[in-house]
Amino acid sequence: MANPVMNVISAGYDWVNQRAPGATAWWNRHVGQYYAPKNFNFWYYFGSLAMVVFANQILTGIWLTMHYKPDAKLAFDSVEYIMRDVDWGWLIRYLHSTGASLFFLVIYLHMFRGLMYGSYRKPRELIWVIGVVIFLATMAEAFMGYVLPWGQMSYWGAQVISSIYGTIPFVGPDLLEFIRGDYVIADPALNRFFALHVIAVPLVLAGLIYLHLMALHETGSNNPDGIEIKKKKDANGKPLDGITFHPYYTVKDLFGTAFFLLIASFIVFYAPTFGGWFLEPDNFLVADPMVTPLLIKPVWYFTPYYAMLRAVPAVFGSQFPGVLVMGGGVLIFFLLPWLDRSPVRSIRYRSMLSKVMLALWVLCFFWLGYCGTRHATPLLTLSAQVCTVFYFAFFLLMPWWSRLGATKPEPERVNFDH
Amino acid sequence: MTYLPISQTVKSLLAALAFALLSSVALANEGGELIAPSGANVDDQQSLQRGAKYFVNYCMSCHNLKYMRYSRLAADLDLSEQQVMDALNPGGNKFGETMTVAMAPADAALWFGKAPPDLSLTTRYREGGADWVYSYLKSFYVDPKRPSGWNNLVFPSASMPHVLWELQGTQAAVYDTVSAKNAEGELLQTQKFSHFELIKPGKLDAKAYDQVARDIATFLEYVGEPAVFQRKDVGWKVILFLAFFTFITWLLKKEYWSDVH
Repeated sequence: MANPVMNVISAGYDWVNQRAPGATAWWNRHVGQYYAPKNFNFWYYFGSLAMVVFANQILTGIWLTMHYKPDAKLAFDSVEYIMRDVDWGWLIRYLHSTGASLFFLVIYLHMFRGLMYGSYRKPRELIWVIGVVIFLATMAEAFMGYVLPWGQMSYWGAQVISSIYGTIPFVGPDLLEFIRGDYVIADPALNRFFALHVIAVPLVLAGLIYLHLMALHETGSNNPDGIEIKKKKDANGKPLDGITFHPYYTVKDLFGTAFFLLIASFIVFYAPTFGGWFLEPDNFLVADPMVTPLLIKPVWYFTPYYAMLRAVPAVFGSQFPGVLVMGGGVLIFFLLPWLDRSPVRSIRYRSMLSKVMLALWVLCFFWLGYCGTRHATPLLTLSAQVCTVFYFAFFLLMPWWSRLGATKPEPERVNFDH
Repeated sequence: MTYLPISQTVKSLLAALAFALLSSVALANEGGELIAPSGANVDDQQSLQRGAKYFVNYCMSCHNLKYMRYSRLAADLDLSEQQVMDALNPGGNKFGETMTVAMAPADAALWFGKAPPDLSLTTRYREGGADWVYSYLKSFYVDPKRPSGWNNLVFPSASMPHVLWELQGTQAAVYDTVSAKNAEGELLQTQKFSHFELIKPGKLDAKAYDQVARDIATFLEYVGEPAVFQRKDVGWKVILFLAFFTFITWLLKKEYWSDVH
């Protein structure tokens, strides 16, 4: 090749390859020669989109920390400083705040994909378990990040959510003081949440995401038909229904990313508060320990679990049962791979009963989310209680209902029309 | 012994939370129906400039805009440094400083019962934003029971007197007596707001006064987010580019996938 640019690139590639031969092997194993099923549909965009949003959060987060002041006296002002005086600060902040909500949107859809197609089932239990840990870490990350602007909802949200730890019998009060670093949410809590939000949790998340992908590449990806593509291989030992991740899925995900960014741009530029759902009105008031907001509610992505917390009545004056139910609502995802006993993986071939159960569970999740944004009325509380019971029944009774009803036969090869 | 206060804090917090959740249902929508659409439009430069003038003349003796820089105001409202410094700067601040007047918070609290809040973010935290400001400015009525002699329907028991009364005139709130059944089925007589009655006309007619309220609301809408112009202006360019880029990547994907069968 006569092109001097290509010569330099080629020489550089050889130079690295001689010194780190594993690099090419790594690339091939995870990208170049990683065989993914060719029948991925719409639902398979959300994994890569989660990575895109994660990268966005890291990058915008770095630039936000350049101007943000983690100090109870300065934090709120420094955010307004970013919004007004820092060049493009408003854009960086809106990208970060919109990214937080979109992260949850994408993660929820990604998890729902797993529920639909049985992606958590043997041999992919570990991928799922790591994913649930990522979900937990993301929740912690989002909660602490929300405190940083030090608005009214930051402060009171942190006050209420941290007080959850105080309900734990015996150790609760001491634990609460340890977590807050004070008797109430104040400067020490803000400072440590900042440290955890910008260093500790993102570091953990990055590591977990890597493990999530490595675990995936050990077993190979599931697909909408829920059958193993590795069972049908060609003469070279390559899956007949598999295509290499690069270039097929890199270009497909590039398209998905572009489209996603297009949608996100409408929000960032034309509805950055998203009608008060992504940036809440109350958080444009500086934190005031003397004034309690009329309605303390978390951001939309926590409301299903917040509704569970509120749905459980106090037992002997303790809110701890509600806390257990809320925590259980998240932790129960860990058990999913061992609860599902259906003879088939994918919703496409499952019994009508299974489809109805999943649909009802999704409805319950949405309804709980709605309840969590509203003032509790007797009717809303009752409906939240019914939905909470169903939410748990869906999981705990799964070993029985997932076996019932007639399933359809799984195909030999994946469905793919082109 | 040491952790007793904390456990009590937890209990009282959760109790306060439960109380807030249960008891404030009725409060939540109070005033909500009184918020009227303002028709405020931040892209209307004339309205913004008038709003800035009204704000400085009528509001700024008490209220600061501690995040709003004069230099930024001049640039965004298409005014010269001279114009801003002469007409909009009663406190004699420097061009690079923010729109504040020298009133010690302690004095303010003494004079008004409560220090007048900074209004930089009013349209951000009030439900309704500019509509709230617009409606608030139109909802003052005489109320001898209040220390200032004024009350406000949108913000009941506001400490603020009606500083625009010379323009709007003096209005009284007229109530209807309505009968409604309570939960037990008893018939109760309650007072429901009907309308405002102008008891002493001001310098402006209703239409002109609405425009003043709208201009101030527009100005505060801008002050809440001075980046609004840049945001919208950059927005359509980014969206146009991404639409094009999405199309290109779609073609790329189609091309690459044409050999997958």
